[in-house]
Amino acid sequence: MRLFSKWELIAVGAAVLLMLVVLPCLNAFTLESSWLHVSNFTITVYGKYLCYAMLAISVDLLWGYTGLLSLGQALFFALGGYMLGMYLMRMIGDLGQYHQPIPDFLVFLGWSTLPAFWKPFGSFPFAMFMAVLLPGTLAGIFGYLAFRSRIRGVYFSILTQALTYAACLLFFRNSLLLGGNNGFTDFKFILGHDTREPATQRGLFIVTGIALLLVYLVCKWLTTTKFGKVQRAIRDSENRVMFSGYSTANFKLFIFVLASVIASLAGVLYVPQVGIINPSEMAPDKSLEAVVWVAVGGRGTLIGPILGAFAVNAMKSWATRAYPDMWLIFLGTMFILVTVFMPKGIVGLPAQLRDVYKKLTARKMKVEPAPVAANGEEPLPAKSE
Amino acid sequence: MGGGKNPRPFLKMHRTLKFLFSLLCGIFSVLAVQAQDAAIREKLSHAILAEGAEQPKLVGELSDTGSKIVREVLVAWTRDNVFLYDADTVKIPVLLEDQTDADGKARAIRIDNGKFLLDDKKQELRFAPTELTSADTDAALRTVIQQTLDSLALADPDPDARENAVLKLGNSKKLKNIPVLQARLAKENDLTVRRNINEAIAMLQLGDPDPKVQVAALQQLAALKSIGSLDMVKSLAESKTAAPEIVKAAKLSAETIGEHIAAVNFFGTIFRGLSLGSILLVVTLGLAITFGLMGIINMAHGEMIAVGAYTTYVVQNLFGSGFAFSINLPFSFFGHPLGFGLHLPGMNSTGWFYETYFIFALPLSFLMAALAGLALERSVIRFLYRRPLESLLATWGVSLVMQQLFRMVFGANNVQVSSPRWLQGHFTLNDVLLGYNRVFVIGFAVLIVIGTWMLLTKTPLGLLIRAVMQNRDMASCMGVRTARVNMMTFAFGSGLAGLAGAFLSQIGNVGPSLGQSYIVDSFMTVVVGGVGSIVGTVYAAVGIGTSDQVLQQVTGSPVTGKIVVLVCIILFLQWKPGGLFSIRSRSLD
Repeated sequence: MRLFSKWELIAVGAAVLLMLVVLPCLNAFTLESSWLHVSNFTITVYGKYLCYAMLAISVDLLWGYTGLLSLGQALFFALGGYMLGMYLMRMIGDLGQYHQPIPDFLVFLGWSTLPAFWKPFGSFPFAMFMAVLLPGTLAGIFGYLAFRSRIRGVYFSILTQALTYAACLLFFRNSLLLGGNNGFTDFKFILGHDTREPATQRGLFIVTGIALLLVYLVCKWLTTTKFGKVQRAIRDSENRVMFSGYSTANFKLFIFVLASVIASLAGVLYVPQVGIINPSEMAPDKSLEAVVWVAVGGRGTLIGPILGAFAVNAMKSWATRAYPDMWLIFLGTMFILVTVFMPKGIVGLPAQLRDVYKKLTARKMKVEPAPVAANGEEPLPAKSE
Repeated sequence: MGGGKNPRPFLKMHRTLKFLFSLLCGIFSVLAVQAQDAAIREKLSHAILAEGAEQPKLVGELSDTGSKIVREVLVAWTRDNVFLYDADTVKIPVLLEDQTDADGKARAIRIDNGKFLLDDKKQELRFAPTELTSADTDAALRTVIQQTLDSLALADPDPDARENAVLKLGNSKKLKNIPVLQARLAKENDLTVRRNINEAIAMLQLGDPDPKVQVAALQQLAALKSIGSLDMVKSLAESKTAAPEIVKAAKLSAETIGEHIAAVNFFGTIFRGLSLGSILLVVTLGLAITFGLMGIINMAHGEMIAVGAYTTYVVQNLFGSGFAFSINLPFSFFGHPLGFGLHLPGMNSTGWFYETYFIFALPLSFLMAALAGLALERSVIRFLYRRPLESLLATWGVSLVMQQLFRMVFGANNVQVSSPRWLQGHFTLNDVLLGYNRVFVIGFAVLIVIGTWMLLTKTPLGLLIRAVMQNRDMASCMGVRTARVNMMTFAFGSGLAGLAGAFLSQIGNVGPSLGQSYIVDSFMTVVVGGVGSIVGTVYAAVGIGTSDQVLQQVTGSPVTGKIVVLVCIILFLQWKPGGLFSIRSRSLD
């Protein structure tokens, strides 16, 4: 089976070219006065969107392809962020406000030496290793417990939400020695480069773009293999898959761990670009927001989450500035309308419009009442009853 | 009632007579009190004017009057605020009013009859304190006055005031107070006060020179389980100078009292846990219906709670000074700024009528939340009955919109909802503090559970609800109008959330994100109880609420307690994935 159709290839190629080559070049090589110039701010914002897109893909891998609506993906995202954040805090060295060799908040809490678990985070490879290991292990344990006792559907969603809620409460505590309420901020260096330099930000942007492309390609490949077919079969009817002799729990566990690692990597790339990580990143709301991106873009496709993450966040950026009081209403309303009327999101919109058009023309010919468009679509794969 | 048409004339007449009798008694007792007051005033002025050894004797005689006037005048006397007015032949003792005019002068109140002091032309006389001589006191007299005041406080008609007075004397460490207390004990009828007097006497006797009295007092304190005396007993137990038998008795008593304190703390925690569980129960019961029975994941359930709480707030303001809001939309229509507002005039009521606002707020908050639920069901949820996961997402959108609307109408800050007076305060049962509002919420939760259970099992509507929830298609085939039943059920579930909100407004803050803090807990409660089982929800809510409180006590921090509870719930679901009371069924999903 071919991985891409012709049009897909052109679209992905164009997007890659635009993101990885054109935007950074316009940022680096044009004058600030030129109309072609892309500002440093835009690069950071787009870099943030790229991280969100990765997070959205991880949600989609679970929800769109396996039917597991996880409301805790932001937890893994934030955990990844915290792991790299610890490395970045170590890199501040004694340039903090207290000019001590340990992070400022530890000085503030009355520590004079570094706690033991902070010590290895001076090494970048170790931080990266932990960013894969910790979310992966947590997802592994939680997933093993959940899937073993066949917690599925709505219950899985509620449990994942409770998990992220509990973690959020935990990280708010100062005694965890991870910055409490304020989290980590004021980063200075990453791998010897100054994080506030435009060149560093540009580099991070390109790295994020490449990472997203890799994640996209891996997921694209995975979903076209036999594994991907089992995955979708689980989504559509888990019991039949079980009766066919597949251990669905293992499949789900693998996907859950994979998705958590992808989310964590997104968090790793997010933190140096945004410059802050705190417990509110793992609040239940954040996970739900990521689900919104997927729903708006179109679940069950890989291009959908990326589109959704960009579209919703661009709208959020615009609306929070233009109508600060109203944007929650916009977001909420959009969410209601999309879920009720556009279950396949932006990606599914053309097909949906085509259906409506066909029904309308059919009615003209036969002169019989057509069912309401919103209720007319076929039952969706998500489990009912 | 018996169903007879007879109005029972005898009983009715009997009641009327009883009423008339009590009315008459009332009138006579008012007259009697007035006569008594006059006599007391006479005695008082007599005592103030008396000379020499007679004066302390007269003052001492006032101690069994139990009158407010006496206390007032005696306190004034010790502060040199009782003045003597020189009339031509006699001296008249007076008090000056607190309120002074521009010259610093005040009207004088005669102590002998409570009227204002008049001159010959029947004009009210006014004095500055410096113009009059004050009735002087010496050390001996002050002691007598203080004793009289103490025993007066002991004779106060209000039991709470008596308790305070007893407590004060008990902590005074003065042996001479023992006879005063013993005199009161002989007359006291109130059981609590009697217990307190015994406790106070025993506490005073700890300072007795006779070791036998001390040991007896220690045993008495242990028998009374006196928490207030623990420090004294402990210091005796650790004392190096006291006789060994006293130290031994003190140790025993301290142990008994310590055990009692542990028990009190334990039951206090259980009680708080129960009330927390009841709050959780009231919040969750609505969810148990919409989520458990209907399978709709309503993330806007928290906002239904907020609707109830804000309704209470609005009703409170309608009873007070009125309610107004206005919203300016950030759009304009051909240059006209768009917006809307509302002004509801208030009734400006005060006193007991204002206190009843909560009674009106309860059904109204149910109604408003039910209406909001109805609108939500008709506009969004009815499209999503077959897609439960998506109902979660759409209702989250609804919750965002509603939170923002609350912010626009009521402001981003918390609003003030004051508890009616009858929900404030507390009573103690065997030293365990029971707040009225907490007792109320427990009773309220029991009522709601019984009501819901009755509705679901004893009414035709309940039968339809259960039928539709068990098998929507089959019920529809049998001719049940499922759309209508769905609507009613959802509205009922939302209304229960509104009731919960009305109650939460009495014990916590009311703000736009009120619902958010309960939503995760409530979903967990329903899942633990077993989705679709009301009984399970009740057990789960009480269990989670109590263990939350206990764990908070044990771990010493609310957050750790919460995390432990959440982890326990996740582990519990390993053991019973369907919750406490899972519904057995042969269907696969």
